[in-house]
Amino acid sequence: MDGFLYGLPVIGLVFEFIGYLIAVLPLIAPIIMRAAVPIAFAALCGVMCERSGVVNIGIEGTMLVAAFVGWAAGIYLVPVLGAEAGPIFGASASLVVALLLALLAGMIVSFVHAWLSISVRADQIISGTIINIAAFGVTGYLITLLSKTAPTGAGQFKTWTPPEALTGLPFVGWIFETLLHQGPLTISLLVIVVAFQIALFRTRWGLRSRAVGEHPRAAETVGIDVIRLRYRNVLVGGVLAALGGAFLSMELNSTFQQDMTAGRGFIGLAAMIVGRWTPLGAFGAALLFASTVGISQSILIAPPPGQLGEMLLSLPPQFFDALPYLVTIIILAGVVGRSIPPAADGQPYEREAAT
Amino acid sequence: MRGRLRRAWRILALPLISIVLSILVGSLVIIASEWLVTGELKPGLAIDAFTALVEGAVGSERAIINTLVSSVPLLLGGLAVGLAFKGGLFNIGVQGQFLMGVLGSVIVGVQLRESPAVIAIPLALAAGMLFGAVWGFIPGFLKATSGAHEVVTTIMLNLIALQVFAAAVNGPLTVQGSSSPITPDVGNAALPIIFGRNGHLGIIYAPLMAVLYGWLLFRTTRGFEIRIAGSSPDAARYAGMKPRRLIIWTMSVSGMLGGMAGATDLLGVSHQTASSYATTVGFDSIAVALLGRTSPIGIVLSALLFGALRTGSASMQIQAGVPAELTGVLQATILFFLVASPVVARLFRLKGARSGLEETTTFTSTYGGEATIR
Repeated sequence: MDGFLYGLPVIGLVFEFIGYLIAVLPLIAPIIMRAAVPIAFAALCGVMCERSGVVNIGIEGTMLVAAFVGWAAGIYLVPVLGAEAGPIFGASASLVVALLLALLAGMIVSFVHAWLSISVRADQIISGTIINIAAFGVTGYLITLLSKTAPTGAGQFKTWTPPEALTGLPFVGWIFETLLHQGPLTISLLVIVVAFQIALFRTRWGLRSRAVGEHPRAAETVGIDVIRLRYRNVLVGGVLAALGGAFLSMELNSTFQQDMTAGRGFIGLAAMIVGRWTPLGAFGAALLFASTVGISQSILIAPPPGQLGEMLLSLPPQFFDALPYLVTIIILAGVVGRSIPPAADGQPYEREAAT
Repeated sequence: MRGRLRRAWRILALPLISIVLSILVGSLVIIASEWLVTGELKPGLAIDAFTALVEGAVGSERAIINTLVSSVPLLLGGLAVGLAFKGGLFNIGVQGQFLMGVLGSVIVGVQLRESPAVIAIPLALAAGMLFGAVWGFIPGFLKATSGAHEVVTTIMLNLIALQVFAAAVNGPLTVQGSSSPITPDVGNAALPIIFGRNGHLGIIYAPLMAVLYGWLLFRTTRGFEIRIAGSSPDAARYAGMKPRRLIIWTMSVSGMLGGMAGATDLLGVSHQTASSYATTVGFDSIAVALLGRTSPIGIVLSALLFGALRTGSASMQIQAGVPAELTGVLQATILFFLVASPVVARLFRLKGARSGLEETTTFTSTYGGEATIR
């Protein structure tokens, strides 16, 4: 009975908190969207690799390398191509070329992972870990070397402003504002999520990829080249991860910092599992994880009134920094047993000897 | 005699070749990056850099003691990763366990800074080990009960540990009236110096932990169970072992070793801490354990190697102007060649050489939903 009475004010606070969240949602939605982009790209990379049977723990490192290359290439490209802002997204020629180089870098890194895990048949988790350690070491070394001269990169992409008619709509205007008042990489994420979902479940490539991830032996007997398809998917996955990395150093910021990805690649893996290895699900899970960032920021900037606000502000600020990681662990532990990965996920494939 | 030499060569060939290849790659990186940044091509720079590195690591008595001091946390962290590895678990969380070890030992060490050292040191060390064990228990428990793979949960816990650490030092632990948050000195809880100016007690007990590690794994029933659970989980289950309990036990003890590494570093070297504790021991430990093939002797040797790299890289930065971060590049390339060892062995025509890495089948197979532990 006592417990019940104590419970009442807590329930009151919970309702108050939910009310607060609904009230601030339109305000924090853009923050959530921006925080979700790198996580979602990482999760899409995970879906791309694991659907065809390759576990990729090295997403974090792939993103870090792409973020670095996107920024560092700008330093060398600006003197050659100039930094004149173009008509779309304020993109200069150097910025576009730097982005392409970042994507290429992501592809090269994921090629290393593909080679180690598909051809060498090393343990895929160790291979991915080594890519993370290598990416951390190499970018750390190069950024120390480069920052001696305090160079500037090619700047960053500007956001697109959607027409007033769309964002001014009552009730739903803020949704368009959130999704479309964004830079090119964020908008391309929306396109990629939808296209990838359709491709994975409605095209021949998607069917083949899923077959290779579920039962490679059977796929091979109907004439699918398992090794080649896995290579191809891991390389495309590298491009997806690189988009997430490039977003950090070319759209969200205009510089690179050491360890800039800060665990987003791993949160992306969790989002992939929570989203049940589907592109749409992974994107939704990325939004869920990112919402902790938006909620923390709004509590710090505009706390809810009264007792609830006082309570939340009395927490140390580090609590809010740790919140995304905490929520990731909790949701992962709750969901993982019920989320079924592709059957051949992580198993190296060996062709049967020709007889 | 010849047979013994041949056996030693079989074990050492691939690690040694990996180290030599990584020095070559490191030299190329030094020359190429210098050319990219300054536009000058200086092939001699690589030789200068590595000479300064070796000189700084083992060139004098002081250098050797410094190398030993920086090997100590790597050795303990390497044992932490190695133990989990033997049990088929991949503990990437040593970084977080290390931080929690620092935190636990500084909390108790500061409280006991005026007590006699005989009481203060063991209690501070034990607190660090306990904090680390808790930070290892969490992913072990989550894996055993829900199947959440330790690779994701330990990374998340590393990032959470950073914030817990900062919150504790910024808040209750900081010295009253100091301009920036910093804890008081641990006073009497500091480890005694026994060699030179900074060779602390850890140099003695860390190798003893390696001996204990070998004894646990190869001379006890629990060690046997861990090794079986790691190499063939099905056999372990049929033999009536309890995989869930083993997972929790192994991760907790592994975390305890990680915590010990942190506690030793704080009580032996830094004695107090600001709100962030710059370290890469957690990730270096993975390299130590992999290069040492998780054997006690191997881990001791590779901890010495990476300790020497860390110590030498400081003087390399001063004398040759090559950033100390080069150690990260060297470490990564060593690991790369180890993982690619089947190909390396073919290239160098080493037929009988043992593979550069231990065979494990459990990391990736317990990933995702397969993680349901029966």
